Amino acid sequence: MPKQIPVPSGANKPFWDALNEHRLILQNCTNCDRLQYPVTQRCDQCGGDSFEWKEVTGRGHILEYFVIRDSRIRRLQGDQPLNLALITLDEDPGINFLSNLPGTPAGEVPVGAPVELIFEPIVPVENLDPACNPNQLIHEWRVIAG
Amino acid sequence: MVSLNRNNFARTQDHPGVWEHRGEVAVTGWGQSPIDRRWDGESFDKTMGAYAMIAIRHALADAGLTLDDVDGLLTSPETRVGDTWAPRPYFDPPYDSEDGITLVSCEWIQKQMGFKNIKYMESNSPAMAGLMGHAAQAVGEGLAEVLVAWYPMGNIEGRYEQGGQNATDYARGNSVFTAPWGYQSGAQMNALMVFQEYCRKYNYPVNGGLAPFAVNQRRNGLMTPWSFYAQHEPYQITEEDYLNSRYVSEPLRVLDCDRPVIACAAFVFTTAERARDMRQKPVYVLNHATARHPGRSTMDVLAEHQSSCRRLANMMWEGSGLGPQDVDIFNPYDGYLTFTQQFLEGFQWHGVQEGEAMDFYKGDLRVEGPHPYLSSGGNNGTGRTRSAIMSDCIEQLRGQAGGMGDGVQHPGAPNPGPRQVQVRHETALFGALTPGGATFLMFGTDPMTS
Repeated sequence: MPKQIPVPSGANKPFWDALNEHRLILQNCTNCDRLQYPVTQRCDQCGGDSFEWKEVTGRGHILEYFVIRDSRIRRLQGDQPLNLALITLDEDPGINFLSNLPGTPAGEVPVGAPVELIFEPIVPVENLDPACNPNQLIHEWRVIAG
Repeated sequence: MVSLNRNNFARTQDHPGVWEHRGEVAVTGWGQSPIDRRWDGESFDKTMGAYAMIAIRHALADAGLTLDDVDGLLTSPETRVGDTWAPRPYFDPPYDSEDGITLVSCEWIQKQMGFKNIKYMESNSPAMAGLMGHAAQAVGEGLAEVLVAWYPMGNIEGRYEQGGQNATDYARGNSVFTAPWGYQSGAQMNALMVFQEYCRKYNYPVNGGLAPFAVNQRRNGLMTPWSFYAQHEPYQITEEDYLNSRYVSEPLRVLDCDRPVIACAAFVFTTAERARDMRQKPVYVLNHATARHPGRSTMDVLAEHQSSCRRLANMMWEGSGLGPQDVDIFNPYDGYLTFTQQFLEGFQWHGVQEGEAMDFYKGDLRVEGPHPYLSSGGNNGTGRTRSAIMSDCIEQLRGQAGGMGDGVQHPGAPNPGPRQVQVRHETALFGALTPGGATFLMFGTDPMTS
């Protein structure tokens, strides 16, 4: 499925570079030891602006989902219906990620099920934006077969 | 001195105390433009500038004022005709600006209408209802004695938000963490995720639970003479129609969504002292409060929206001196029906507690009944003006709802009209936009200043 291609910039570039090494790293506030995602300038808890990168396993659970049937995003319109799920991180359930749950048919999402992190290649285009890596990986999740 | 603007007008404190201008500010006029959909792509005869001028003229006539009485102008550029809708540049030379066309600045209105006595002017206020909180605070602080605030909403050629970045191969800026998976807007998508969580937690069906609410919204909208549906599609929908409507993002149906329109509403805010001599009975502003949930991660979750709405309600009660049992008219924002229950439960209107909204929706919501919920018909029932929730509060408190409250466009309409509630109508609470970030205002027929 051709997701929109993320264009790394500024503070989020290390995050995208790490994905290309099959690692999921999140900002961790050095003041109050709290994970942050998406990449931010300020800690949502203490307002601090000093972070270190912390690698997480990416293991999580499906909190909720719905099914996109009429997307405004052109690149996704050929793949509808499409799951959009919210994944909570086991290491800190206050952190959540979006996922299309590849491999799970649209509308057949097992809410509450455990999921594992996978790395999905982008579908590149001609004359790719030079800020993008043609081999960029995107963080995705897959239901753990039980 | 820093002028009052979108960043400093709001009352956001957890324990704000009674609003220092409670009852010192009144709304004494409102006006509505015509309402319709989409330009034909060739003609500019339905610009938002023209509709703003019509709405302002009606609001001033409603209050019995002239242009020279006005010393404050306030509006918002958030007309939802952004660059994600239509391709840009949208107009060929000699047009070098969209001012007066897709947005309507104070400077444009001042020049076109000939206001001569303006001493406070701000074109960058937030969308409804922040714009109205800003207006109340500006008059309360004495920046203007008679202020006109108008809010245009647009609907131009093309499909909504299918241009701009959404039509490209790339996600940029903060959207790198959301758009690749298909996420577009919090009001639609985050609220839908929370709605799913809500239904699961309280054991409600995700399909059909909102049907009675949608049907009642249309019914109220059809009792609003100027509404899009009353004017252009004057028929009632049924629960079956709702259940047969297509999914946008399942379980969100197209009839859960407000219908984009071209329209403008204008409102006259003034001091309680000046209001005494105006044409209409004053509607006093008793408080305004704003809560913005900061958001921990990619998406807010149910507990965060519930917490934010509880907090907003507590700020409103403390700032107005009123409580849930005192609110007669209740018009929370309904741009997507999937989030409105958070406001209903947060403010505990008519005793509705967390997890009870869907049962409440199965009951009698009619304006003639004991629980005239969203008596405006909201965005869903009247079209996406975002302002019906406020104009209904004014009309209900005046006893004119659904009739000739605006006094100008529908001279044959009854007064009071068919939308007038039968229960007590001395206070009114309304607000927007989403449970994750909203401003609410309390109105009353009694200024509570003594």
